[in-house]
Amino acid sequence: MYSEKVMEHFRNPRNMGEIPDADGIGTVGNPVCGDMMTVYIKVKDNRIDDIRFKTFGCGAAIATSSMVTELAKGKTLEEAKKISRSDVADSLGGLPKVKMHCSNLAADALHAAIEDYEKHKGTKR
Amino acid sequence: MSGAKRIYMDHAAGMPVDPRVIEAMLPYMKSLCGNPSSVHSFGQEARQALEEARTKVAESINAESNQSIIFTSGATESNNMAIKGVAHRNQNRGRHIITSSIEHMSVLNPCKFLMTKGFKVTFLPVDQYGFVDLTSLEEELTSETIMVSIMYANGEIGTIQPINEISQMVHRKNAYLHVDAAAANGQVPIDVNDEGIDLLTISSNDMYGPKGVGALYIKKGIQLAPLIHGGGQERGLRSGTENLPGMVGFGKAAEIAKEEMSTESERLKKLRDKLIKGLLDPIPHSFLNGHPTKRLPNNAAVRYSFIEGESILLDLDMKGVAASSGSACTAKTLEPSHVLRAIGLKHEEAHGSLSFTLGRQNTEEEVDYVIRIMPDIVKRLREMSPLTPKELME
Repeated sequence: MYSEKVMEHFRNPRNMGEIPDADGIGTVGNPVCGDMMTVYIKVKDNRIDDIRFKTFGCGAAIATSSMVTELAKGKTLEEAKKISRSDVADSLGGLPKVKMHCSNLAADALHAAIEDYEKHKGTKR
Repeated sequence: MSGAKRIYMDHAAGMPVDPRVIEAMLPYMKSLCGNPSSVHSFGQEARQALEEARTKVAESINAESNQSIIFTSGATESNNMAIKGVAHRNQNRGRHIITSSIEHMSVLNPCKFLMTKGFKVTFLPVDQYGFVDLTSLEEELTSETIMVSIMYANGEIGTIQPINEISQMVHRKNAYLHVDAAAANGQVPIDVNDEGIDLLTISSNDMYGPKGVGALYIKKGIQLAPLIHGGGQERGLRSGTENLPGMVGFGKAAEIAKEEMSTESERLKKLRDKLIKGLLDPIPHSFLNGHPTKRLPNNAAVRYSFIEGESILLDLDMKGVAASSGSACTAKTLEPSHVLRAIGLKHEEAHGSLSFTLGRQNTEEEVDYVIRIMPDIVKRLREMSPLTPKELME
């Protein structure tokens, strides 16, 4: 059902956890749908210096969260904004069709975190 | 990964075929190749084997005669035959059918199909344990009601319905009672006479027989329209050359189940109760699905807050354990199980549900292993979940 790469990220998720003093936080999905994820970012010199996630959901939801943190880490905010849902799925060697829509929310969570950062930039959180 | 260890606890989804059943089937797949409808000795031998199998299936549910058993291709066909067959043949008596909201899709969808043909269908609610609401049943039964279809037990949450009580209510209104026993047959004793069942769906694979064969018990005198028209086999109710090896295997499986049921169900109940306790006691925010005692001997259904069922299944699978979940993420429809919704669980509660269904080859050692690995699986996923309260992880 899942690619080996998806399973590998599910088994050993990268960058799992929270950043207590995050510069931006993005949450998408909700528990009613079965998938919910929060992405935390720390920004330094316009780059994503640190990134963490927390996810409630299926194997695909957890693997895409892990993958998006890998793709975004070290990128400029402009580069990170360009990371799309299909980039995440492609980097995982594809996702089952039925999961593409419901569980592939990680890029949205990343974008929400960046938006949150930009909205609060310069203001004390 | 734990290497070679593989533990199968998903018997509600499919069962292995008992080696004694395979043994009984083999001659009918090798040399004996007559058609039961043929006049010659080959055909007559096949006919005899078929009727013996029918008798064994009939005896396993205490049917009055082996002529009340119609072989089908499985529980789905039996349910379709019962519901559409009775409805079509008896619509002059009324066009109302009652069923419950936790039935198998092979009951619910034929009922919904009949609604498009002008039948009225009532879907009874169930309580938190999954018991059909008998007050509603009493209220909904009218002179227009031709049939009530209620499952013997639910495979997902294990709840066993009070069939006797239901039967009395249904018969007071002169309706027929159809019971889908696919999840219950082979697990608990079923007596169609004693329990007042008019039509009963049973399936071979759910009692360690081959897949692709089932039966519908039809009480003498009940008329129904066939689904499959053809050469008139199975009293004209189910045409098509008989699946003889399957039927012989089903017969053998029914015979074994009848002989071994009381010992085996006692053994399974002990394992089930140990498993349930072990899945719940060490883990906070964990709950039982279904009723503590009025449940199938092999069913342990639980749910864990803050985590999702498919990821639990994947973690279990990595450790060699096969179970199932009512989470939306494991369904083709992306909706959580209708059974879990009907017992009143919220979507997010249904997502964290897990069913273990035990079988003949499961051992106490295997149950201990599952109990041992579960807390770490729940902990790992809860650590990842944004829903987990902070104090729980400290």
